[in-house]
Formats: sequence, structure tokens, C-alpha cells
Amino acid sequence: MGMDTVLDMGDTFLTGKNTLGAIDSVVEEKVDREDRTTVGTQFVDDARMTCRDVNVFYGDKQAIRSVSIDVANNEVLAMIGPSGCGKSTFLRCLNRMNDTVDICRVKGEILLDGHDIYDKSVDVVPLRAQVGMVFQKPNPFPKSIYDNVAYGPKIHGIVNSKTELDGIVEDSLKKAGLWNEVSDRLDEPGTGLSGGQQQRLCIARAVAVRPEVILMDEPCSALDPIATATVEDLITELKEQYTIVIVTHNMQQAARISQRTAYFHLGDLVEVGATDRIFTNPLHQLTEDYITGRFG
Amino acid sequence: MSPNLLVIFTLILSSLAYGVGKKKAFALVRKDESVRLHSRPGYYGLLTALWCGIPALLIFGVWQFVADTVLTNMVMGAIVGHGAPVDTAQVNLLVNDLRNLVAGNYFSADVDPQLQVAADRYIAMERVGTIALGIVMFACAMIGCLFVYSRIKPAMRARNQVEGIVKIFLIFCSAIAILTTVGIVLSVLFESYRFFQQVPVTDFLFGLKWSPQMAIRADQAGSSGSFGAIPVLAGTFMISGIAMAVAVPIGLMAAIYLSEYAGNRFRAIVKPLLEILAGVPTVVYGFFAALVVAPFIRNAGLTFGLSVSSESALAAGIVMGVMIIPFVSSLSDDVINAVPQSLRDGSYGLGATKSETITNVILPAALPGIVGSILLAVSRAIGETMIVVMAAGLSANLTANPLQAVTTVTVQIVTLLVGDQEFDSPKTLAAFALGLLLFVITLILNVIALYVVRKYREEYE
Ligand SMILES: Nc1ncnc2c1ncn2[C@@H]1O[C@H](COP(=O)(O)OP(=O)(O)O)[C@@H](O)[C@H]1O
Ligand SMILES: [Mg+2]
Repeated sequence: MGMDTVLDMGDTFLTGKNTLGAIDSVVEEKVDREDRTTVGTQFVDDARMTCRDVNVFYGDKQAIRSVSIDVANNEVLAMIGPSGCGKSTFLRCLNRMNDTVDICRVKGEILLDGHDIYDKSVDVVPLRAQVGMVFQKPNPFPKSIYDNVAYGPKIHGIVNSKTELDGIVEDSLKKAGLWNEVSDRLDEPGTGLSGGQQQRLCIARAVAVRPEVILMDEPCSALDPIATATVEDLITELKEQYTIVIVTHNMQQAARISQRTAYFHLGDLVEVGATDRIFTNPLHQLTEDYITGRFG
Repeated sequence: MSPNLLVIFTLILSSLAYGVGKKKAFALVRKDESVRLHSRPGYYGLLTALWCGIPALLIFGVWQFVADTVLTNMVMGAIVGHGAPVDTAQVNLLVNDLRNLVAGNYFSADVDPQLQVAADRYIAMERVGTIALGIVMFACAMIGCLFVYSRIKPAMRARNQVEGIVKIFLIFCSAIAILTTVGIVLSVLFESYRFFQQVPVTDFLFGLKWSPQMAIRADQAGSSGSFGAIPVLAGTFMISGIAMAVAVPIGLMAAIYLSEYAGNRFRAIVKPLLEILAGVPTVVYGFFAALVVAPFIRNAGLTFGLSVSSESALAAGIVMGVMIIPFVSSLSDDVINAVPQSLRDGSYGLGATKSETITNVILPAALPGIVGSILLAVSRAIGETMIVVMAAGLSANLTANPLQAVTTVTVQIVTLLVGDQEFDSPKTLAAFALGLLLFVITLILNVIALYVVRKYREEYE
């Protein structure tokens, strides 16, 4: 996948930061393994989220080292890298989920639509409504399917009537492609669904609070191939309305669904770029090592 | 030869048998390279050892169990046959003397010579018996060992047979536990049946008056006690109710604080402290209730112009509630901690606050376990004795006023059985009937608990 496609040079966000000169042929000279400055197209013009010089520590241990990256409007940004390299940690910075981990400290600047989400005046409750999250393991609440989806709108008080809530639930389930399967059993427990359905229920649950950005942490790693394909189609559709950041360790998946890919290596963001370009013509030796399966 | 030596000897034989069996299995393979043993050689050894040891030890056990009775009967038969006393009480006395003589802790000079003879005979017979036992055990061990040894062939399914024996042993162990329970239940049932022959069941279950005093003489006034269990039950339920009203909210809140809010350090200190609270002997709670809480409540009542008896249901209930707090909090804390972190993350990820997450996600998910812990606490409360003996009083008032003295099932059982008793008077037998009632109530509670837990589990897993 992706490896044998013709080189797409539409790396439109390419900035002057790239010191390797014009890329119109396969680059032979890769950035050395020891060099950990980010190469590729970190920054975009229409950024929804802007991260600058983000460092994350668990106690004394640094998990993320000086990461700067933009997330563009209505794109799917995939984050790949060997396990333990800090993908989840970085993702969880984007909606301040790391606040729930006592020993975790985040330094640097993360802006959502130009506002610093780590500013003292920012309340995480509306932030997390704006930046929703879907987790690795499907985690529906022990409630009915309806209540799972209605949970977010209820706690945020964004509905005034039962009919409005019904509308949101139906709408969200439709967006998650689950409506046809569950419309006649909304009061059954969400935990009774299959793994793939549960994960789509979690997506519906996130969509129900009308987020702008949806973060997904390996959303398909607990699913079978068919359920995975369904969720991937869903992500491609959701991209029309939402900005999506997805962590995956499945490179084919990143190639199938994302427009840009970021490669993390031991806490460093090593390379970012258009997905097609990353998988065909990585600039960094570490990226190449990873996508050619030399480690990971 | 002492009996213990026989056991050790059998064990030695049995371990030798292990070696022998294993060696033969090895030899089978060594002789012919193409032979494949069904099981690993160790299993052949184990099987030989088991066949060698188990029958011998069984015989030993049976002998230990019956020897004393058999020998005593034989010896006593001889004495009683000589036209000596035939009265059971006296025979029992004689048997006691005999036992003491045999054990050698009888230093009185005036030993009945006849008894001395009997004791000597007993000792002699016991010695012969032990030797015979040793011989039989040895023979059994050898036969068992040879029986298996002669059958060791590559195709022998030694592993399956060993596992079969192990399984039988495990079944035996669980049977002991079950049989003990059944035995207790049956004996309670039997005694209750005798009680209900004298007092009608309906009188017991629906009677409103509890006053179990029996006449000493038949013509005494008020000679028949009345055995209506309702006041006693009402007292039990009132005190348990008060206890739960104290323990459930406090325990649950404490559990929520501990598991969701408290820092690790605080938790590490407080949780063991709470569990120590569960280890305080109930007698201590009892005099705390009787000497501190009850007077306090009475004084408090006086200032409001209420008349509070010095032993009140309220005092006992409150202290019992305090006693039960650790049960509720510790178990609920475990249950709440067992709620997967992913559910919390899911809720926080949607922008829920901590309290929203607790009330909407964590508590519903933990509910079956919490209900279980509460029902367990109720069983504790209903069965609790010491606090109520000391703080609730003995008078069986049928009242809804928690400021009065009431009594409970357990207290009544205690008072019925304390002191000298005639074991066939309704008064004593009533204790068994009460015990049965208590047992049935706890059983029903447990069944309900199981049902609730299972229902939720089906829904949420
Ligand atoms: N809650 C935590 N406490 C301490 N260290 C953590 C915690 N979560 C993650 N880490 C550490 O941070 C590093 C990055 O982890 P993570 O972001 O989960 O990696 P990935 O998602 O890429 O596999 C790892 O070394 C991991 O051990
Ligand atoms: Mg991860």
C-alpha cells in the first residue's frame, strides 16, 4: 500500500524549513539517524490547532521533547511510530486528558482556533466538548445505547427538550453509521454490541457533543478487519465536518485514511508530511527504517 | 509402637514405592527405544505411591476412629456382665474412671480393683490392636504397591489415574465443608421441629408476645411461656435498619472519597486504618455503646423533653452502624477501584466533571458490587450479638420508637441458652427455632443479593 504508488509531489504545505532542496525526485540522501529536528511540513496555513515547543514529563521522565506541529482544518492527521514513543501522550495533550494523570506535566503552547488551551482561564469541560476523544479499547458506559449517546449533550446542557435530545442521538448514530443497526433497540445496553459497533457507538458519543476536533487513539486496534474497514470508511466521511487526529500503528491504515502523517520516535517528532510522500519518499532515515519494517 | 510411627512408616514406604514405580517406567523405555510411555515416568511413580499409601492410611484412620469405642465396650462388657451397676449414668462414670486410669492420670489410692483389671486389659488389648494394625497396614501397602507395579506398562494411563485420585481427594475436601453445613442445618431443623411440636408454628411466627419464661413447678401461675417472635424480629430489623442508615451513607461516601479523590499517600494510610476499625472486638463496641452512646442519647433526649430509656435501640443501632462502616467502605472501595479506568477516561473525554463521572458512570458500573457489600453488611448487622446484648436490652417490646429498649433474635438466643438449661423444655428449644429463623432470613437476603448482582451483571457486561 502506498509504497508502490507513483510519487505524489503534492506536498503542498512544504515550507522553507525543509533544507533538503526541491523534491522532484526520490531523495537518496536521508537525514541522519542522530538528527532529531523535525523535517517536513510541520506548519500549515489554515491551522485548527497549533502546537509549539510542547514538552511532556511523567515525573522526571520526559515523554515528549519539543514537538511543534499544526493540525489543519478538516484533515486527517495520522501519528505513527513504535510503541512507547509518545503518540498517545501527545494526543492526550490536545484535549488536556493528561490533566487526569497526577504526575504528568505539559509545557509549551497548544492553541485551538488561536486560543491557548492551557491558559489558566480555560475550563476543560467546554474544551473537551470541542476536542472529543475516542479510545483504543471501545469503552461504552454501562448504560443503554441511547443514554451512551445522550450522556454528553446532557452534561453540557446543550438540549432543552426530549425531542431535541432524540434528534441529536439519532443524528449522531447516523453520522457514526450505526443508526440502521441499533435504531430498534436503543434501550439495550451499549455493552451488548459487538466490538466494532461499540467503537462506532463511542464515536457517536463523541460526535454528539458537536466537537470541532476528534482525537482517536488506535481506534481499530481492538477490532477485526471488517469492523476496521467500517470504522475507516466512517473516518473518511467524518473528515468532511471534523478535524481528526488519529494514532495508529497500522501503516496501511495511516496510508488509507490520512492526508498528513507524523512520525514520532522516542519522544521526538521526527518527520511530518503528506501521507503519500512519507510512505514513498521519507526524508528521515528513522522514518524510512520504520516504514520499511526495520523496527517498530 | 506408637500410632504416629505407623503413619511415618507408611509415608516412607510410599516414597519408596514412588521410586520403584518411576524406575520401572524408566526401565521400560530404556529396554526398548521404540516404546513410548503414555505418561511421564513421575506419574507412574506417583500412582504406585498413592496406591501404596492411601489404603493403609485409610485403615489407620478408621482404626483411630473406632478403636476407643470398640475396646471400651469390650472391657466394660466384662465389668457390667459381673452384675455390677447397669444404670447408664453410672456406666458413664465408670467409663470415665477407666479412661483416666488408662491415660495414667488417676492417682487416687482407692481404685476399684475390678476397674484396675479392666484398665490393664484395655491397655493390653490396645497394644495388640496396634500391632495388628501395623501388620494389616503393611500388608495393604505392599499389596497396593505390587498391584500397580505389576501393571506398569507403556500404555498404562498413569497420569489420568493420578488426576482421578487427586480429583476424588478434592471432592472429599469440599464434601467435608458441605456436610458440615448440612449437619448444622439439620440439627437446627431437628431441634426446631421438637420445639414446634410443643408450640405451634403460627404462634411462633405471628405471635405478638415474647416471654419465654417456663414454670419451675407445673402448678405455678403463668406457667406457660409465650413464644411470639414478632417483637424480637421487629427489634432486630429496627436495630439493623438504624445501623444501615448510619453505615451505608457514611461508608459509601468514604469509599468514593478514598477511591476517586484521595491521594495515593492518604489512601495508603487511611484504608488500613478503616480496616483496623473492622477488627475491633464487638465487645469493645458494646461497652462503648452502653457506657458512652446510650447515656449521651438519654441526656440529649432529656434536653428535648423526650423520655429515653437507658438502653435504647438507637444507641445500639448507631454503634452497630459505626462497626459496619468499614465493611461497606472497604468493599465498595474495592468495587469502585475495579471499575475500568477506560470508563473514567471516556467520561472525562466527553467533558464530564469528576462528580458527574462518579454519579453517572462509576456508581452505576459499580452498583452490583456495592449492593453486594451492603447486603453483606446487613447480614452482619442481623447476626451481630454482642453490641445489642450490652446496649439494646432484653425486654421484648413491640414498638416503633427507637428510643425504647428492644431486643433482638441473637440476644434472645443468648439469654435462652445462658445458665443451667433443661434441653427439652420449649424455652431452650426456642433458641433453635430462633436460630432457624435467623438462618432463613440471612439465606433469603443472600439469594436476593445474588439475584440483584446477576441481573446487573447481565445488563452491563
Ligand atoms: N501514566 C503514565 N505514567 C508514567 N509514564 C507514562 C504514563 N503513560 C505513558 N508513560 C510513558 O510515556 C512514554 C510514552 O507512552 P505513550 O504515549 O503511551 O506511547 P505510545 O502511545 O506511543 O505507545 C512511555 O515511555 C511510557 O512508559
Ligand atoms: Mg498508545
